[in-house]
Amino acid sequence: MAKIVAGIATSHVPAVGHAVDSGKTQDAYWKPMFDGYEFSKQWAKDNPADVAIIVYNDHASYFGMDIMPTFALGIADSFAICDEGYGPRPIPVVEGAPELATHLGASLIMDDFDMTILNALEVDHGLTVPMSLMYGSPEKWPTKVIPLPVNVVMNPQPSGERCLALGKAIKRAVEQFDGDLRVEVWGTGGMSHQIQGARAGLINLPWDIQFMDDLINQPEVLQYKPHLEYMIEAGSEGVELIMWLIMRGALGDKVNEVYRFNHVPASNTSVGHLILTPKED
Amino acid sequence: MKPNFEQYKDIPGTTIFTIESAQKGFHLNQFCMSLRDAKNRERFLADGPAYLAEWDMTDEQKQAVIDRDFQRMLDLGGNVYFLSKIFAAEGLSYVQAVSTMTDMNPEEYQQMMINGGRNIEGWRSKKERGEA
Repeated sequence: MAKIVAGIATSHVPAVGHAVDSGKTQDAYWKPMFDGYEFSKQWAKDNPADVAIIVYNDHASYFGMDIMPTFALGIADSFAICDEGYGPRPIPVVEGAPELATHLGASLIMDDFDMTILNALEVDHGLTVPMSLMYGSPEKWPTKVIPLPVNVVMNPQPSGERCLALGKAIKRAVEQFDGDLRVEVWGTGGMSHQIQGARAGLINLPWDIQFMDDLINQPEVLQYKPHLEYMIEAGSEGVELIMWLIMRGALGDKVNEVYRFNHVPASNTSVGHLILTPKED
Repeated sequence: MKPNFEQYKDIPGTTIFTIESAQKGFHLNQFCMSLRDAKNRERFLADGPAYLAEWDMTDEQKQAVIDRDFQRMLDLGGNVYFLSKIFAAEGLSYVQAVSTMTDMNPEEYQQMMINGGRNIEGWRSKKERGEA
């Protein structure tokens, strides 16, 4: 059977992609942040996955306001890179995993998650920056990807409870797939940041660290945190962190904390990163 | 469940983008989406008012775009990820554009971020700040 072998959480700042693409990762501003991902790049080489289900949000890159799905799933053979206004990032196309993706989509819908199914999708920095952080700049990505876009841009976003439950449903679906695959689930976005209004630039590192602790140790409590609290304490864009709950739900009750990293700032954002594995009892 | 958008209005210096904003700002945001295409970026930068005339936006929305008044665009239903297409077309970063909505210039704003970002103390509630 297929198995969820790890969960990865990371912020997905567009300027990080630009730093990778323009060879600035060793500049004084960027080096401390990229150094924090050196462990993870080695870990990814030592623990290769067949498929990564990457939970992310589109930033008005592929989806306009004509259609705004709450939860969607990319089931195509491949996903091209969006032009987000600066021209597309010069990175390899993202290869899909249609066999697992169609199984997953069907399973989730039958499990009462009304997924929007995407046979065509271009992916933006929300998905590609985490890949650059974990894999660097390869000629071809080492892992196939199932994109799972979540609306975190337009309020109301899905509730924390719904996100954690979706993660649990992903775990059940993956374990019922007839194929011997090592699958990861990535939760991206966050941590505290606000990129609009007079309060722009808000960072709340103590809150971010507590969020990480709660995500690891008590997701069943964390799921009830209201969106209002994310917005006040972690900034209007901090609500992206609900996507980390989907990753956490897919890992089961208890997890091992393999790695943790925090860095302020990348552009306007508090960067947070976790590698977790399911704890078998 | 009855929606409660009022609860977001006490957060100081913050415009929460809701389903209501999405409806009100639809054409403004769709204009922004059109700037994902390099040809449209060229046309918009060459003659902004002429390009905007092709869109079913309100005069207020068009004027806010011409003025590059991002806070005004947010107030008129714009969302910052959509609006980013306007400043991306001009080659500006998020830090450069976002700082225009604060009381700092881009250099001061950048320095605040390097120093750890805006401290939340005093920024939780309009009521707390005496703004409401």
